[in-house]
Amino acid sequence: MSAAEAAAVAVPAVRPAARAEARPYASPYLAGVGLGLVLLAAYAVVGRGLGASGAFSSVAAAGVASVAPAYAAANPATAEYLGAGGPLRDWLVIEIAGVLLGGFASAWLAGRLGGATERGPRIGAGARLAYAAGGGVAMGIGAKLARGCTSGQALTGGALLSVGSWIFIAAAFAAAYAAAPLFRREWT
Amino acid sequence: MILPLISAEAESGGAGLGVALVLGVAFGFALERAGLGSARKLAGQFYGRDLTVLKVMFSAIVTAALGVFWLSRLGFLDASQVYVPPTFLLPQAVGGAVFGVGLVAAGLCPGTSCVAVATGRRDGLAVVGGMLLGVLLFAAAFPLLAGFYGSTPRGTVTLPGLLHLSPAVATAALVAMALGMFAAAERWERRARAGGAS
Repeated sequence: MSAAEAAAVAVPAVRPAARAEARPYASPYLAGVGLGLVLLAAYAVVGRGLGASGAFSSVAAAGVASVAPAYAAANPATAEYLGAGGPLRDWLVIEIAGVLLGGFASAWLAGRLGGATERGPRIGAGARLAYAAGGGVAMGIGAKLARGCTSGQALTGGALLSVGSWIFIAAAFAAAYAAAPLFRREWT
Repeated sequence: MILPLISAEAESGGAGLGVALVLGVAFGFALERAGLGSARKLAGQFYGRDLTVLKVMFSAIVTAALGVFWLSRLGFLDASQVYVPPTFLLPQAVGGAVFGVGLVAAGLCPGTSCVAVATGRRDGLAVVGGMLLGVLLFAAAFPLLAGFYGSTPRGTVTLPGLLHLSPAVATAALVAMALGMFAAAERWERRARAGGAS
């Protein structure tokens, strides 16, 4: 068998095997308890919970400050995020750097790296990416208004039984269910 | 009371940032293990196919709430030193609703979009880009939004404080509610599978 023939045999044999190696996800209850223990460790060690949208605010504020420092310092929405040490001294930015590392490590160990753009069978990849970006814009605005997202409000404030956090959870779930029929084409 | 170990003022010090990195790694690991780096799996919550979001979120909330309750009760944790996000009734209701619409369109939340990016998904990157744009739009519109943003402030207020419940009763009620939701979710998923619902 020539090298070319060997490669032709080997390639299809390797591809499905690599796919089959992707392990199933953990039990949601087990993963949830693990996530809860991480949140508890955050309360117990640093006296604060987890977050995500705040890291986006810090990075965005640093970006604005690099092109328009006077504007960034004068606008309360960005000035709040301009700490003395810059975004690399920001607790949530470092935490999110950890999320990237941890998410990568978990997917790598489970053979789940390199997933395609996720979408239903009735929508093209370009349209799906547009919906994803548009959803991101809405979440950015919503999280700013609510002073937190699924991490900083729902998980962190939820477990501390904060009234505003439970209002956020109820409003977010209700709106997501109400809007779901509008986006059905994207997923099913 | 030995906990919290580090005061909130020291969180940006070297030790605080080291803790941030370690906790972030564990956070991202747990989200990926649950499958929440997958937009289709996450969106399944809102089409009755896959209630993973609800199960993961409420398992985490109950675990952390029970941990806070017992660490305080046993005298290890001074719960008054744990930062509770302040309540602003209307901004959090409206912000939550806007966020929810974005969530079902994106199929990822801000945290899980980072996991999706880390695992190589382009839709995760689109959500991250959108989030940054949304945050910038909010900042640009802040002069118009500032009044609403600061409206209906209620300070730090918790459900047990509002309803005059002891922490024990409130935590027990939370656990009971979560267990009820888990039982309903399992029944719902079994029925959806049996009915062949999409």
